Amino acid sequence: MQLTQRAKQVDRRPMTQLEKLYLWNIAKGMWITISHLFKRKVTIQYPEQKRTFSKVFRGVQILNRDEEGRERCTACGLCAVACPAEAITMEAAERQPGEEHLYKEEKYAAKYEINMLRCIFCGYCEEACPKDAIYLSQTFAQANYDRKGFIYKKEDLLIPNPKEDPDAYQRAVGERVTKPLSS
Amino acid sequence: MLEEVGTTTEGDLIINVGPQHPATHGVLHLVITLNGETIKKVEPHLGFIHRSIEKMCESLTYRQFIYVTSRMDYLSAHINNHACALCVEKGLQAEIPARAQVIRVLMDELTRIASHELWWGAMAMDLGAFTPFFHAFRERETINDIMEETCGARLTMNYMVPGGVMQDIHPNFQRRVKEFMQLYKRKIHEYDEMVTGNIIFQNRMKNVGYLSPEDAVSYGCSGPTARGSGVSCDIRKLYPYEVYSKLEFDEILETGGDSFARYMVRIREMQQSIRIIEQLIDNIPEGDFQAKTKAVLKLPKGEFYSRVETARGEFGVYIVSEGGTTPYRIKFRSPGFSNLSVLDHIARGSKLGDMVAMMGTLDLVIPDIDR
Ligand code: SF4
Ligand code: SF4
Repeated sequence: MQLTQRAKQVDRRPMTQLEKLYLWNIAKGMWITISHLFKRKVTIQYPEQKRTFSKVFRGVQILNRDEEGRERCTACGLCAVACPAEAITMEAAERQPGEEHLYKEEKYAAKYEINMLRCIFCGYCEEACPKDAIYLSQTFAQANYDRKGFIYKKEDLLIPNPKEDPDAYQRAVGERVTKPLSS
Repeated sequence: MLEEVGTTTEGDLIINVGPQHPATHGVLHLVITLNGETIKKVEPHLGFIHRSIEKMCESLTYRQFIYVTSRMDYLSAHINNHACALCVEKGLQAEIPARAQVIRVLMDELTRIASHELWWGAMAMDLGAFTPFFHAFRERETINDIMEETCGARLTMNYMVPGGVMQDIHPNFQRRVKEFMQLYKRKIHEYDEMVTGNIIFQNRMKNVGYLSPEDAVSYGCSGPTARGSGVSCDIRKLYPYEVYSKLEFDEILETGGDSFARYMVRIREMQQSIRIIEQLIDNIPEGDFQAKTKAVLKLPKGEFYSRVETARGEFGVYIVSEGGTTPYRIKFRSPGFSNLSVLDHIARGSKLGDMVAMMGTLDLVIPDIDR
C-alpha cells in the first residue's frame, strides 16, 4: 500500500539461514567486544581527571572586575530583567568618595544574588549586560548541603582580584577574552 | 477472550508500572489490568512532572520563552527551540539569513541523530540487551561535544534566538561533523547488523503492537510512530520550513505497523539525517548568523502557528498575541502525548512482556508529554 509518491518504501527481506543462526551473531558480537580492548578508552575518570569545556560553555556565573580590580557591575538591573528564570536579585548603592578603587561606576551592587536552583544557564544575563560585568564561566558542578547554600552571594560570584591574585584571576577568566572597557 | 478485553472482572490483576520504573524512562505511571499475562487495559497516569510550561510562557517575553521549551522534549531541545523561533519570526515577518537557516537545519539533524541514538540504546536496554546502551552513548557523546563547542551547552542548547542563531559556528565545527559522519556511517551499519540482525530481537519485535494506519491517523500519531504504519506525515516534506525544500532526502515509510516497522523507520531516518548533513556541511553560505531584530520584540495582534518535525513527530507552537511583549496564550502540540495515547489501544490483548517493546518503539519522553 503506497500512500504517497514522495515516500520510499523500506525493503524487508526475511532473514537468511545464516542470519538466523544465532551462533554467528554471538561470534560477531564477541569480536566487536574484543576489538574494544585494543581501542582507546572513551571514558575519563571524572573527579581525578577533568576535561576542559569549550570557550562558549555556559556554567556558573562570575562577576567580573576590570584590570585595576574594580567591580564592573553598576547595578543597572538589566540582567535581572532579561533572566527568564527570575534568578537574579540585587540592591544598588551609591559609590562614596574614596571608594573609586573598589567600584568602577558611580553606582554599584551592594547585594547581588543568583539563585542557582532557579538558573537555567541560558546566558541571557551575559548578553544583556552593557558593562561586560557578568559572564558564564566554565565551572559547572555546584554542590551544597542545603537550599540556602545555592543562593550565591556577591562574594561567591566575584572573580578574584587581578591585582592581588593574578593567577586565580586568570584561572577564573579561563580562555575568555574580556571585552575592553567601553566607557 | 477478545470481548473481555477492556473490562475489569473478578480475578483480574491490577499492577502499577511506574512512576519509577526503568522501562518508563521518566515518571510515567501505568495502571495495567491483567488477566494472567494478557493485558486487558493500560491507563497512563500523567502529571508527575507537570511544570505548567504553557502558563509560565505567558509571563515571559518572546525572547525568553524559547529557552523554557528546551525543558519539554529535552532530547530534541534544539528542534523545540526551532519551532518557537519560527513562530515568533512568523509574527515579526523577519527574514532569516541563509547562513542561519543552514546552521539551524544542521543542528536539527544532529539533534535528531542524537535523539534516535539514545532511543535506540534505551530501547535495546529495555529489551534486555545492555551493551547497545553504552555504544549509543559513546556516539552521542561526540554529538554533545560538537554541540557544546558551538552552542555552549550539551543538552539544553538554547542556541536559537528569534532571527537566527545565538553565535556563529565554531571554526572546528565542519571538520568535526564530517569526521563524525564518516565514523557514524560505519557505526550505524554495525548497529544494524548486531541488533536488528539478531533473531531474538526480531522475534520480540515483529508482529508486536500492531497499529493500523487508520488508528494512527485517528489517534493523532505523528513522526516515526505513524510512519511505521505507512502514514505519510513528515513535516519536513509536507510543510517544508527553512531549507528543507531544497534538500534531497527520503521520507521513510514502513507499512508493517508493528514495533519492528517503527524501529526500522528510526534506523533509516538516521541514515537520511546523515544524507541531509552531508549535503549541507560543505555548503554553509557566508553571511550573518542573525538577522537584526529589535531589542524588545512585540508581535502584532493575531494568532500564529508553526510546526516542525522533531525526533518524535510533529511539534506545533500556537501563539495568541494581543500585541504586547509577552504572549497572551501559548499552546504546544507535543508529539509524545498523542503517541502515548495509542499505547492502550495497541497493548490490549498482548502479553505484558511485549509492552516494553511497544513502549520502547513509541519513543516516549515524559517531560514532552507532561509539559
Ligand atoms: S544564565 Fe539565564 S537563568 Fe541563569 S541567571 Fe543568567 S539569565 Fe538567569
Ligand atoms: S551585571 Fe551587568 S546587567 Fe547586571 S546589574 Fe550589573 S551591570 Fe547591570
